[in-house]
Amino acid sequence: MNWLKSILLPAQGTAYAAEHDTFFMFIVALTAFFFLLITALVVFFVWRYRRRGDSPAESQVTHNTRLEIVWSVIPLILVMIIFAWGFHDYMNAYTAPGDALEIQVTAKQWIWQFEYPDGMRTVNEIHVPIGRPVRLVMSSEDVIHSFFVPSFRIKKDVVPGMYTDLWFLPEAEGEHTLFCAEYCGRGHSDMLGKIYVDSEEKFREWQELGDERTRTMPLAELGALLYESRGCSTCHSLDGSRRDGPSFKGVFGHEVKLSDGTTVLADENYIRESILEPQAKIVSSFEGIMPTFQGLLREREVKALIEFVKEQQ
Amino acid sequence: MSDSAISTTEHAPEHPPGLQHHFAEMEQQADSAKIGMWAFLVTEVLLFGGLFVGYGIMHARFTEAFASAHHHLDRVMGTLNTVILLTSSWTMVMAVSSARAGKQKNLVRYLTVTLLLAGAFLVVKYLEYSHKFHEGLLPGRFYTYAGPHLPEEFLFFSFYFMMTGLHGLHVLAGMIVISWLLRRAIRGDFSPSYYNPVDMGGLYWHLVDIIWIYLFPLIYLIS
Amino acid sequence: MADVASTSHPMAAGEPAATNYLKAERGFKSWIFTLDHKRIGVMYLWSVLLMFLLGGIFAMLVRLELLTPGKTIMEADTYNRMFTLHGAVMIFLFIIPAIPASLGNFVLPLMLGAKDVAFPRLNLASYWIYVIGAVFGVVAMVTGGVDTGWTFYTPYSTTSSTSVTTMTFAAFVLGFSSIFTGVNFIATIHRLRAPGMTWFKTPLFVWGIYATAIIQVLATPILGITLVLLMMERVFSVGIFDPRLGGDPVLFQHFFWFYSHPAVYIMILPGMAIISEIIPTFSRKNIFGYRAIAYSSVAIAFISFLVWGHHMFVSGQSELASAVFSFLTFLVAIPSGVKVFNWLATMYKGSIDLKAPMLYAIMFLMLFAIGGLTGLFLGALATDIHLHDTYFVVAHFHFVMVGGTVIAFIGGLHYWWPKMFGRMYSEKWARIAAVLIFIGFNVTFLPQFVLGTRGMPRRYYNYLDQFQPLHAFSTVGSWILGLGLFIVLGYLLASLRKRYDAPPNPWGGTTLEWTTSSPPIAHNFEHVPVVTREPYDHSPAPAPAPAGD
Ligand code: HEA
Ligand code: HEA
Ligand code: HEC
Ligand code: CUA
Ligand SMILES: [Cu+2]
Repeated sequence: MNWLKSILLPAQGTAYAAEHDTFFMFIVALTAFFFLLITALVVFFVWRYRRRGDSPAESQVTHNTRLEIVWSVIPLILVMIIFAWGFHDYMNAYTAPGDALEIQVTAKQWIWQFEYPDGMRTVNEIHVPIGRPVRLVMSSEDVIHSFFVPSFRIKKDVVPGMYTDLWFLPEAEGEHTLFCAEYCGRGHSDMLGKIYVDSEEKFREWQELGDERTRTMPLAELGALLYESRGCSTCHSLDGSRRDGPSFKGVFGHEVKLSDGTTVLADENYIRESILEPQAKIVSSFEGIMPTFQGLLREREVKALIEFVKEQQ
Repeated sequence: MSDSAISTTEHAPEHPPGLQHHFAEMEQQADSAKIGMWAFLVTEVLLFGGLFVGYGIMHARFTEAFASAHHHLDRVMGTLNTVILLTSSWTMVMAVSSARAGKQKNLVRYLTVTLLLAGAFLVVKYLEYSHKFHEGLLPGRFYTYAGPHLPEEFLFFSFYFMMTGLHGLHVLAGMIVISWLLRRAIRGDFSPSYYNPVDMGGLYWHLVDIIWIYLFPLIYLIS
Repeated sequence: MADVASTSHPMAAGEPAATNYLKAERGFKSWIFTLDHKRIGVMYLWSVLLMFLLGGIFAMLVRLELLTPGKTIMEADTYNRMFTLHGAVMIFLFIIPAIPASLGNFVLPLMLGAKDVAFPRLNLASYWIYVIGAVFGVVAMVTGGVDTGWTFYTPYSTTSSTSVTTMTFAAFVLGFSSIFTGVNFIATIHRLRAPGMTWFKTPLFVWGIYATAIIQVLATPILGITLVLLMMERVFSVGIFDPRLGGDPVLFQHFFWFYSHPAVYIMILPGMAIISEIIPTFSRKNIFGYRAIAYSSVAIAFISFLVWGHHMFVSGQSELASAVFSFLTFLVAIPSGVKVFNWLATMYKGSIDLKAPMLYAIMFLMLFAIGGLTGLFLGALATDIHLHDTYFVVAHFHFVMVGGTVIAFIGGLHYWWPKMFGRMYSEKWARIAAVLIFIGFNVTFLPQFVLGTRGMPRRYYNYLDQFQPLHAFSTVGSWILGLGLFIVLGYLLASLRKRYDAPPNPWGGTTLEWTTSSPPIAHNFEHVPVVTREPYDHSPAPAPAPAGD
């Protein structure tokens, strides 16, 4: 049956997928049997008992209690097996082990946002280490979405106003596609994501340096990306207007007045310090509410942000 | 039904007034109407049942807000309306029994009183509503109540207006039915052998009352 | 076989009887104000066929768009409207009223030996309410359409800027039409059976319609109130489904499926009811396991109320709830299986004539089996996690709804067409069309199972390239299917231009509708029939009829 399995189902990415597929193929076999039985009987009866001339039926049996009990009880037993087996696997699919890597998932029309325990955030893609259970804690900012990874055989709705969770134990290195399976409007069919299952080292490397793309992207471009994805934009405008923090426009290379009355030249070191130790120097007329990004940004990302701020003249 | 004890001719020679052509006899017609009416009443109960379930769930979720919001309701008015409807149920029963006994005058009298009581119910409801409107105790986004309140109290009023509103519509429909019965009663359509419409109208009216009997404690008397 | 007190039929083939219901009265008004269940049935028939055509056009557009990934002929926003309107029209305007309100209305009183349904005025009201609902539906379509999916899930549906309120109102109105039909049939079946027709001498079509009517009466009000709540949410922001106001969006799903799961049996039970008529007639055999089939309809009707949560296995409902719903879902499958086996046993040692209605009955057996058996994958908890909201589900429900109900409906239409209009259609074209429909249907929907198991989600405008070949198959299949259906429409319409040529009982049926003329006279029967035998008694020597008058 393996050939059939490989036609019907995508490659297996988790141990659970293998478990699921065994069950799946069991139902395939069972239903195929009943379908073939019905079809065979229909075809046989139609041929064997076709009307010749104006003949009456050969017999007029109206019931047979033994037979009727048999064809009620056998399917009943079979479906109870399916039920119990399905329930067993369902509990496995939905009960996460305790030691899982926990990733927060926030869905919104039409992107997936992820946050790792160390505060790192990504959009539409995550990297996970192979062989370590991952638990997703999911919520939505607008309508209902659904987190669906066919190769893991898992799916769960992502609902606004509550948390749902999902877990998986990745076992196949490589790229897996994430779909949004609950209809959520215009971009529903483009609300896709990627799950990269990496080896332990590759995963650590990714945590430190970022992935291929961020590693090769020009600094300023990466900075622009981070400006959006790390939330700088909520407090800093680019057009000179005042938000909770000073605008980035025209900061670099100019004198900045601080709240203790001194001034400082906004060079690379100052920007760097502002990001990693914002409380050290507070710009006058602002409050020291900026959170520190110490530990949340990779070295290259800090450089990228500095580069980005530099460009805002 | 028995095998063949029934006339098999196309039209029975005597077709009693009020018997529609496709029925064989009065009893069959009345029975059909009853079954149909009961089935319809079941749908009505389920219609309200859905709202009750929704209310129950939200009440369980925001018990405090609901308890606090219901203090805005006027229990005196609510009780008054309960009494009015119960009385009208009784007059309806009397109307049906008058019809069955062939007491034409009493039938007209009881139907009139029932109609008036139904009208009184709506008047009281109108007073209650206008008071709420005035205070800004409106459903959903129209809730503008300025006094101190818990954030979810508006949800109570959403349900208050949906439930009493739907019930009010049923009272209104009941009044139309009763008016129609009244017209036919005055015209002298009914007799001890044909009073099925009164019976059916009565069933419907009792349903409207019973729903109120459940609504009243549920929303006016939360403890 | 049921006997009629007097067996003389004044009408010979080819000679229209003066009083046949089609000719009894003339003019437009005699139709739109008619209280005759047969005429109301015919008006319903043309209306639902029109809606089938409309829904079918939407389906063709959906399929055409899916021929290639990305834009083929329309933008995403348009596509989302297309599948929503396709689903909503097919469900609310076509399949729910299709069999009960058209064929049921026409045949049920005839089968019972009654002159009409219990409440003819309510029957007419039900029809016009249906028309009003349809008009609102069309208004919703032309004023911006609806893009929520036929399931109207909140909070998307409460925030969508399309004409959701109008469409919901349309569905609400249609619900009343459905309730009225149900109430009417329940009373009719209880009180208008012919003398001698005990419950167990009642044809199985009647049993099926009866079980359907029970669901219509018990489930539709819940849909009504759910839709009211949805409208209120949109107009007043009442807060019950809106998470930002403290409401619960998932609650809507419970409400919705509490109706819509039983509704799937509103769709299939009448289809099964038709099959239970066709198979005995064309096998010349008494039905096997009459009581089992009758009871299983009622069993399905009741259990169907307890399984709605199987649409929500991945919604975050508690595992215990999921387990209970899954368990009960499997229980519902058993009575369906019982029916299938009984139909097969009815064919055993029969005298089988593969006329058009029987062809459809056989197609039903195979296609419904696939549809039902794939339901087991969805009822099983673990597999549903993977398959939920994929094309597997789409394929499942098209197999049961199109392969099951629509095929049974077309079979029933062929079965009773001579009775309804007094004309025989072309058997040759009927066969050609049936083959095209069978092939087209399978080419359309079989690939969708594989799409689903491979992970293609439903309601997708755009898709990954790897899914393209199967989508292309499916689209081509839909053209074959559509061609087959148009041929059916063609030869049926063509038959209407002939003279009356149908005998009262062209197939050798044993139920009461075959004892009156084709088309029936306005009052159905010359004489009130008296029933003494079982409904499907095909034994060769009928007992002599007891003297009537
Ligand atoms: C006519 C309509 C119809 C019918 C009859 C059915 C019949 C069944 N359906 Fe289906 N279903 C739908 C219409 C229907 N369904 C629709 C419209 C949806 C999707 C709605 C949406 O989301 O848009 C849906 C979705 C749906 C789901 C939710 C899937 C999801 O979204 O994740 C499930 C899950 O349990 C399900 C299960 C079943 C089962 C178990 C049956 C059973 O009743 C089938 C019973 C029949 C058989 C089993 C075959 C015959 C039996 C034998 C040959 C004997 C041998 C049998 C055994 C061994 C048991 N259906
Ligand atoms: C009764 C119900 C019904 C019927 C009959 C059909 C029929 C068809 N459906 Fe439909 N479908 C649904 C109910 C139905 N569907 C529902 C509920 C959904 C879900 C919507 C949602 O997600 O919200 C859906 C979704 C759906 C999708 C998925 C869309 C998506 O998820 O993105 C697709 C895709 O292929 C599809 C295709 C088709 C096709 C090709 C047909 C073909 O079978 C159509 C063929 C018909 C014709 C071509 C018309 C011919 C008619 C005449 C000529 C009239 C006269 C006829 C006679 C006298 C016989 N349907
Ligand atoms: C919660 C709001 C908030 C966020 C989020 C925030 N900042 Fe700030 N930021 C401030 C405030 C307030 C100040 C001024 C007070 C201060 O210097 O600490 C400031 C100051 C700065 C300065 C010095 C600007 C100047 O005019 O001298 C830099 C550079 C800076 N932030 C960079 C960043 C970067 C890069 C990010 C994102 C990775 C970020 N900020 C995120 C609130 C924020
Ligand atoms: Cu998000 Cu679909
Ligand atoms: Cu269901």
